Amino acid sequence: MISDAIFADSFPTLQQKIGGKKLIYLDSAATTQKPQCVIDAVTHFYEHDNANIHRGVHTLSQRATQAYENARVQIANLLHAPRHEEIIFLRGATEAINLVAQAYARPRIGENDVILITEMEHHSNIVPWQLVCEQTGASLEVVPICDNGSINLEAYKAMLSEEVAIVSMTHVSNAIGTINPVKEMCALAKAVGATSVVDGAQATGHMDVDVEDISCDFYAISGHKMFGPTGIGCLFGRYDVLQEMEPWQGGGDMILSVSFEETTWNEVPFKFEAGTPNIAGAIGLGAAVTFIQELGYDNISTLEHELLVYGTTTLGAIDGVTIIGTAPSKASVIAFTVDGVHPHDVGTILDHAGVAIRTGNHCAEPLMKSFGLNATCRASFSIYNTKDDVDKLAVAVKDAIRMLG
Amino acid sequence: MSDLRELYLEMVTDHAKNPRNRGKVEPCSHIGTGHNPLCGDKIVVTISIEHDLITDVKFDGEGCAISTASADLMAEVLVGKSLAETKNMFQEFHELITGDGAEADVPRKLAVFSGVREFPMRVKCATLAWHTLIAALDGKDGASTE
Repeated sequence: MISDAIFADSFPTLQQKIGGKKLIYLDSAATTQKPQCVIDAVTHFYEHDNANIHRGVHTLSQRATQAYENARVQIANLLHAPRHEEIIFLRGATEAINLVAQAYARPRIGENDVILITEMEHHSNIVPWQLVCEQTGASLEVVPICDNGSINLEAYKAMLSEEVAIVSMTHVSNAIGTINPVKEMCALAKAVGATSVVDGAQATGHMDVDVEDISCDFYAISGHKMFGPTGIGCLFGRYDVLQEMEPWQGGGDMILSVSFEETTWNEVPFKFEAGTPNIAGAIGLGAAVTFIQELGYDNISTLEHELLVYGTTTLGAIDGVTIIGTAPSKASVIAFTVDGVHPHDVGTILDHAGVAIRTGNHCAEPLMKSFGLNATCRASFSIYNTKDDVDKLAVAVKDAIRMLG
Repeated sequence: MSDLRELYLEMVTDHAKNPRNRGKVEPCSHIGTGHNPLCGDKIVVTISIEHDLITDVKFDGEGCAISTASADLMAEVLVGKSLAETKNMFQEFHELITGDGAEADVPRKLAVFSGVREFPMRVKCATLAWHTLIAALDGKDGASTE
């Protein structure tokens, strides 16, 4: 088990009071707080090693390059990627999906092709595909979910056909926590010759992800949702697929040689990393990977599952509270509504009690619509949360009901 | 909890739970749709104007306590007002909930929103109906608080 001692001073942001009350941070699905080791890694880079990478023979440039490339190897290891060249550093999961949409899908699909996504996608796994459909004439089709928020696998199977060129699905729903059977879904996609893309933004902070086992073609991750800095994320892409692809953006670092007549591309992954990347962010993300590995995904999953079960029972027992999304396989996300009290008002009243939750449509408007809702309240848990936090959440929700319900 | 109570004054929660002006003005001379992307709320405001004076305002849609009460009280205070008076009142109301409010000249029914200034994230809730109404009067299709 994870001991409290590990966290005593690990997360500086959590050592503060909000309006005189201890901060209870239950918005980790939006972004996780940062452990001291990540903050230190970023600070250390700027204080000691700051230089541009992949150029210059001076010592700082060598150190910066090494630290940046080490982070790539760490992330490849974390995702069980066969080769570290399969990890491309980008701004985040959103940019990763956009890269696949523009550099992989756009040149390869036409008006007879279908792109399949699910009803529970974040806007970042909807809009990039809508853009590609507009550009190519391909059509976007949406796999429905069941009433409990699970993917409707039977419908998915029925929608798969030779026309489906790409299937893009979230691994874990940001809005309701559903964990999708991505291994099975990728295998089914492969059987009809479709390329599979998995949005893993909500997965890597919570559970072991093995891209080889899942057997996806692309997997997108977000650094700041797994204890890393903002503005850094990665795309895993199968090496042979990445090699076939043309670059997405042009600039420095993505070329081997440039003349006005002809320019040749650098090799994978540098071909996709035009311009000076977020070096400090990548190094910070590397530190976050070490932090996760030292804790162990088994421990993280066990602790978070306990919070999920306890939170679901505790909130579910409050009169007037309805839990939205009750799939059998869930990450530590609890979406709920309160009878007669708008989520925005719940959020304000909870904040007053020091409890930070997310309210709104969670960048998943179509999913909200499928539940007949404009907005929900969402409490999402991470390793620094305790059952006491759940109790404080419950007390604050009851206060909201007393005030406005 | 003192400042929370200033936000959710009894008059605000009363109008939020039992709005008097929810519905549609039919026929109406102006209609506006407002959207707050932050919380997903949408509101439709219908207005009837005769001889340059507002004769009726109603709103429809689901919203939080602040936006519902604000829409409801806006509808109450605007009946009988001219377009110039309406715009002027919105300016004063906006000052009340964003500035120090000491100078703001608003009807007593709108003064109950002065607590909003302590909650900057909720200013958009309190102004959604107003933005929607002004956009409708200006002949624009929709309003957004973003």
